[in-house]
This record gives sequence, C-alpha cells and structure tokens, in this order.
Amino acid sequence: MLPADAAVSIRGLDVRRGRRLVLPGLSLDIRRGAVTGLLGPSGSGKSTLIRAIIGVQIVARGRVTVLGERAGTAGLQRRVAYVTQAPSVYGDLTVRENLAYFARVLAAPDDRIGEVVALVSLGDRMGQVVGTMSGGERSRVSLAVALLGDPELLVLDEPTVGLDPVLREDLWATFHDLTAAGKTLLVSTHVMDEAQRCDELVLIREGRIVAAETPQALLARTGADDVEHAFIALARAAR
Amino acid sequence: MSPRITLATARRVAAQLRRDHRTLALILIVPPALLTLLRYVLDQPPGAFQRVAAPLIGLFPLIIMFLIASIAMLRERTSGTLERLMSMPLGKLDLLAGYGLAFGALAALQGTITALVGFWLLDIDTAGPTWAVVALAIANALLGMALGLLLSSFAATEFQAVQFMPAFVLPQLLLAGLFVPREQMPELLQRVSDVMPFTYAYDALAKIAANDIGGRLWLNVTVVTGCILLALALGATTLRRRTV
Repeated sequence: MLPADAAVSIRGLDVRRGRRLVLPGLSLDIRRGAVTGLLGPSGSGKSTLIRAIIGVQIVARGRVTVLGERAGTAGLQRRVAYVTQAPSVYGDLTVRENLAYFARVLAAPDDRIGEVVALVSLGDRMGQVVGTMSGGERSRVSLAVALLGDPELLVLDEPTVGLDPVLREDLWATFHDLTAAGKTLLVSTHVMDEAQRCDELVLIREGRIVAAETPQALLARTGADDVEHAFIALARAAR
Repeated sequence: MSPRITLATARRVAAQLRRDHRTLALILIVPPALLTLLRYVLDQPPGAFQRVAAPLIGLFPLIIMFLIASIAMLRERTSGTLERLMSMPLGKLDLLAGYGLAFGALAALQGTITALVGFWLLDIDTAGPTWAVVALAIANALLGMALGLLLSSFAATEFQAVQFMPAFVLPQLLLAGLFVPREQMPELLQRVSDVMPFTYAYDALAKIAANDIGGRLWLNVTVVTGCILLALALGATTLRRRTV
C-alpha cells in the first residue's frame, strides 16, 4: 500500500505497560475509504493499538500518522471519532440532550442531530433518558455522538456487542454507506463472522500483526474455509 | 477556551442536576432545615446560635458542593465521557468553568434560600451586610467544587469519594473555629488550621457577621480565591488527554 492511500500509517511503534512491551515494534497501514476489521483475542493489544491511533496512549517509540498528521494532535480532534466499549454518554440525560451537548462541543450544525439518530435507528427515542435504555441502545447513542462531527476516520471498539441481528445487519450497511462516502472505518471485533464483511482484515496476536490483507486473500493464502480457521492456522504456524 | 463550549457544558451540568429532582430538593431544603434545627438545639445560652448562624449559611454550600462535584467528576471519569470529551476540541478550562458556572448558580440559589430562612424566620442578626454572607456562600461553593473535582481523581469508586467527606472536610470544619474559637485550641492545632482553606472561609464569614471589615477579611477572601484557583489548576492537570 502506498502511504498516500493510508488513512493510518504506523512505523516501529513500541508501547509499554509497566515493564511489559505490549506492542513491540509494530508497523501497519490502514487503507482509506475501507472498513478495516481489527481482530484478536482479548489481551492481544487491540485496544492499545486503537488508543495509539486515537492519540490517547502514551507511546515509548515509533511514529503514528493519522490522516497525514501526527496522532493525537489538535487538528485531528474533529476529523477522528472514537467509540469505546464504555457507553461514554450521560445516563441522566435524554438522547436529544446528549447529542445537543456534544454537537455544541464539536460545533456541528443542529440539523446534524436528526441525521445521526436516523443512522443508528433511534429517531423515535429522542426524548428518552439514556439510563433507561438497554445496553445495545446506549451503544447506538454513543455511536450517534461519534458520527456528529462527520469524522473522516471512525474507530469503533466492538460496536455490535449485544445488538439484535437485524440491527447488526443495519449497522454494517451503515458502515459501508460511510465508506462509500469516502470515510475510513476501523472496527475491532471478536465475532469472526463479522470479519467477512470487512474490506480489509488485521489479525493481531500477542502484540504482533499476524495478517493484514483482504478476507479473500487471507482465506486463499491459508486455504481455510473461514476467518476463524485462518486465524488458528496462522497462530499455529507462528509458534 | 471557548465561551460556546463553556456555556454548553454549564447547561449540560445544570440539566443533569435538574433531572434529579430528589437531589435538587435535598440541596435546597437540607441547609435551611438544619439551620432551623440548630436554632432550637442552641437555644441556650443566649447568643450561642447567633455566633454560628451566619457562618453556617456560608459553609453549607462548601460541604455540599464538595460532595456533589467529586461524585459528578468521578462519574465523568468512570463512564468514559471524560475520555470522549478529551478526544474532542474541548479545553480543560471549558470543562472546569462549565462546572463552576452551573454549581455557582446552584450555590447562589441555595445560599439565598438559606439566608432568607435564616434572616427572616430565625431572626439571625448580623452586624455586616447580609448580601455579603450570600456572596461568600457562592465563593465557598466554588471552593468546595474545586476541591471536590481535584480530590475525585484520587477516588476509584463512589464509596471512596464519599469517604473524603469525613476524611477531608470534617477535620477542617472542626479546626476552622466554628465549634471552638481557634485561640482556645492547643498551639499545634492552631498551626495546622493555619494551612487549611476552611479556616479562611469560616473566618471571612465570622468577620462579616461581626461587621469587622478590614485587612483580615480581605486576607481571608484572597486566600479563599487563591485556593479556588490553585485547586482548579491542580484539577486541570488530572484531566489528561494521554494516559498509559
């Protein structure tokens, strides 16, 4: 991949937690205008890698370039949005109040609020207090907040956990609509069948990139029937 | 810093407080109720209630805002909203000033209600101007808020945050001169109380109550203002955009 095509470009990244080197010399490019799935078991360094891309992780060494700027710089605060697994919205406010507040912070126009609740299918729940909603609904409110600023890069940590299959289908359609509009998405997941819907896959294990290619290329290379078996084959080969 | 974001934050914090009717009612009703209770507990000797009444009106907001602010900021930290805000174009000062505006307005309301009950119904008699008591109540609320925001970063759970009240607030209250005049305390305790912000908050109120408007009052007000700014500055350093 040419660096110009990369929304995110990482070179020689070291991240330490205490004495442990969580990410040892990691290099990776993430393609612009695609949904990239980040797969790996918990404790593999997935969240640390995401935090380094967002620029909230203190890194020991290396370079992380996001949309042409150094990760975490002020210029990226409007261009990159991040949805963690924590709800990250105010449980004692309504959906509308939450969105109105974050829209003000991001200087997003007011009509943007209607657009984002439609994208996450919560248009009829605007007046509901978020704390009274289910876990899946809350994470959709959180996703709506992330979409407010019309970010060029959207980073989502396990966005479909606890969603009913129909909504999950809708959300994935939304993700592809966003990339069709030129946005870049990085989605972490451990649901292997979701991996098939990604344009690109990054498999990470013990802080190292095991594979970074399209799902088709991954299956062809490993001769596996699905991503899960490909992952197992690669992990075994690395041992 | 941006006025748009500061005001939006103040409105958001106010909306959160408004939604919780029970807490709001407790904030507004408990101080005048406690003051009324004290009026009858300190019925004898004559003058005992008058000595503590005006200072108490100004000290209630300090204690209550300390508690509410520390819990509110702890919730921002644990729910992930703080991390989200820190990834947005929001200045740390926008957040702190937004909290300050919302809590200051609430303290003004609380101080006014308590003062009205105290001065009209309970016949509290101060030599100094009553508006100055309310103004100091607001300043003390901001001090309580700033200390609460700062200390919340040392608490991992709401249980811990609530324990800061007996651990941090109560000793200061005991040594401030409210219960026993400072001159009657052992020398060591007097020196300890010299470095506690509550001492100056209380003494400013006592000076207003006695209409003793002079250098000592302005020193107290300066120390309280300095403590607010110092606690906010230290609090801002605990709001981090990057963490390990």
